[in-house]
Amino acid sequence: MKKTYMLEDLDCAHCAAKMEEGIKKLDGVSFANVNFIAQKLTIEADDNKFDDIMKEVKAIIKKIEPDCVVVD
Amino acid sequence: MTKKQKRMLYRIIFASVVLIFAIVLDKAVKNINETLVAALYLTAYIAIGYDVITKAVVGLRYRRFANENLLMTVASVGAVFLGEYTESVAVMLLYQVGELFQSYAVGKSRKNIAALMDIRPDTARVIRGEAKAVAAQEVLVGEIIEVLPGEKISLDGVIVSGVSSVDTSNMTGEALPLDVKEGDSVLAGCVNISGAIRVRVTKPFEESSVSKILDLVENVSSNKTKSEKFITKFARYYTPIVMVAALLIAAIPQFFTENPYEWIRRALVFLVISCPCALVISVPLSFFGGIGAASSKGILIKGSGYMETLSKCKTFVFDKTGTLTKGSFVISEIKSERLDSKTLLGICAAVEQYSNHPLAQSVVRAANKNFKKLLVSDVTEIAGQGICGKVENRNVAVGNSRLMNSRGIFCEDKGASTIHIAIDREYAGSITLVDEIKDETVSAIEKLKALGIKEAVMLTGDKQEVAEKIAAQAGIDTVCASLLPQDKVVILERIMRRDKKVAFVGDGVNDAPVITRADVGIAMGALGSNAAIEAADIVLMDDNPQKLSLAVKIARKTCGIASQNIVFALSVKIIFLVLGAFGLSGMLGAVFADVGVAFIAILNAMRAMRVKSG
Repeated sequence: MKKTYMLEDLDCAHCAAKMEEGIKKLDGVSFANVNFIAQKLTIEADDNKFDDIMKEVKAIIKKIEPDCVVVD
Repeated sequence: MTKKQKRMLYRIIFASVVLIFAIVLDKAVKNINETLVAALYLTAYIAIGYDVITKAVVGLRYRRFANENLLMTVASVGAVFLGEYTESVAVMLLYQVGELFQSYAVGKSRKNIAALMDIRPDTARVIRGEAKAVAAQEVLVGEIIEVLPGEKISLDGVIVSGVSSVDTSNMTGEALPLDVKEGDSVLAGCVNISGAIRVRVTKPFEESSVSKILDLVENVSSNKTKSEKFITKFARYYTPIVMVAALLIAAIPQFFTENPYEWIRRALVFLVISCPCALVISVPLSFFGGIGAASSKGILIKGSGYMETLSKCKTFVFDKTGTLTKGSFVISEIKSERLDSKTLLGICAAVEQYSNHPLAQSVVRAANKNFKKLLVSDVTEIAGQGICGKVENRNVAVGNSRLMNSRGIFCEDKGASTIHIAIDREYAGSITLVDEIKDETVSAIEKLKALGIKEAVMLTGDKQEVAEKIAAQAGIDTVCASLLPQDKVVILERIMRRDKKVAFVGDGVNDAPVITRADVGIAMGALGSNAAIEAADIVLMDDNPQKLSLAVKIARKTCGIASQNIVFALSVKIIFLVLGAFGLSGMLGAVFADVGVAFIAILNAMRAMRVKSG
């Protein structure tokens, strides 16, 4: 399943790169792209693990930039 | 400014005032109460820095040692221990000012880029009994929408009533309006200028060309340039290295210096400089700006990497038909011994109307419409040869010399653009068509050459003489004619082995393999053609080859700006790192360097969004 989310208050380009790297490493993720300029996260991952993966994704994002909010 | 930004601004003003007050009291007034002064400094410090410190502490819990918040906190707290209250507060203050500037500048860039690409209207006036304003997504295919003069067309469709002229510049970058009437297609994103029109919707909102373009542009980052990849790798190694260096600077001299604090302070300065933010922000921002600028001119670049490759291309390979030429042939000669030209043309058109071949279509266009009155039946198209059928109960065969020969009719092979006609198994005559060169082709190639393109090559399936004539007119250096589609790929590969970066320009319909193979595949006349948009790296929204030179100019400018930023940011950082290590730069200078560089780099990146026409 491929989904796109908005990342509100994503202000640091370096952080965006770190997020993308961290998300790519997650088990079950086949494609991940954090577009800092458009403030968007595009992620493609296994359907059955998707919700769990998204939980981990949100945790990673919170760790790197606490202010950043993932919006569906 | 956002609310968050405004609050930060107030904090900055407040802290600055308190700080100045504290400094004045401290330096100017004798016998001032130390505690009072310290309290003032502390107030200012907390007002300006509380969120940085909080984030730093929270970060520690997650083991994030390399984040700026921690570095700034350590640096400013360290300054307090060294007894430099002013510096401590000033550093934090400057840092926040810088962050605010950055955030504001990036926000502005984003808005500008969004405005450049804000060509999609959200509502439509649909006729359901009476005119109703609804969200564009809700309109179904087949419904009729009404677009008044001055309004943006919200969905792709066909005009069912009304006459108007339409401004297509949002989609194609074309300045001259397009005259449209009943039966013509219009696209979402264009602006209706003169008359009210009613349009029958042919594609739902999400599938309109506008949506597809915006999708492509917004999801562009997956194709990264070398510079962007370099930055990501660089940032990963740079930060830990600088931090370790800072630690060493603080620790090692402790063993043999008389002035331990001095080295700690230098280490702190080092820490403050260590954020690579300027670099990391400005490079992707430059490319995104360039892509936005290009799309405002009707040039769709699917990834910053392609922009980089395009800027380095020195050889351009062109498909002939439809790319350099109009693709709509014009009749140059009708030869027949027995029939008069009009009759022959009419009979030919009667059969050709059932074929999609460009030659067939041209014949149909050129013929007097009377041919439609002729009785036609039993039509069979033979690929690569022609089309046969019965016209007024006589057997008619229309096609190339191979078709004639296969039916036992002798005729000369006069080339790919000559159609032979046989009626009742007897040779009846021939119609020769010429492919006209596009008006813009000559200047397009001239402009490319002026930009330093060394070689222009033409690949075509057409005959050598025909190809060479067009080539001479257009200014093409090398001609390869009589090619089968698979030959084109082979020749392209040969050219690619010889030259470093090669661009191929085609009209997409039959050039997909070549477009895919080239370093940069450019499709023309792509409006509505999914296959071309899929295969190409760069899509020119109108048929105009002159956009090629504009694309190259934008690509070069954008890559130039990105390189400037990298060089600038890196040099300033290194200079200040060295100065800091030798004690020649205070913390203020360091923060200034970091923040100032980021700011300048972002402004420079925004330059990429501006394009001069032509």
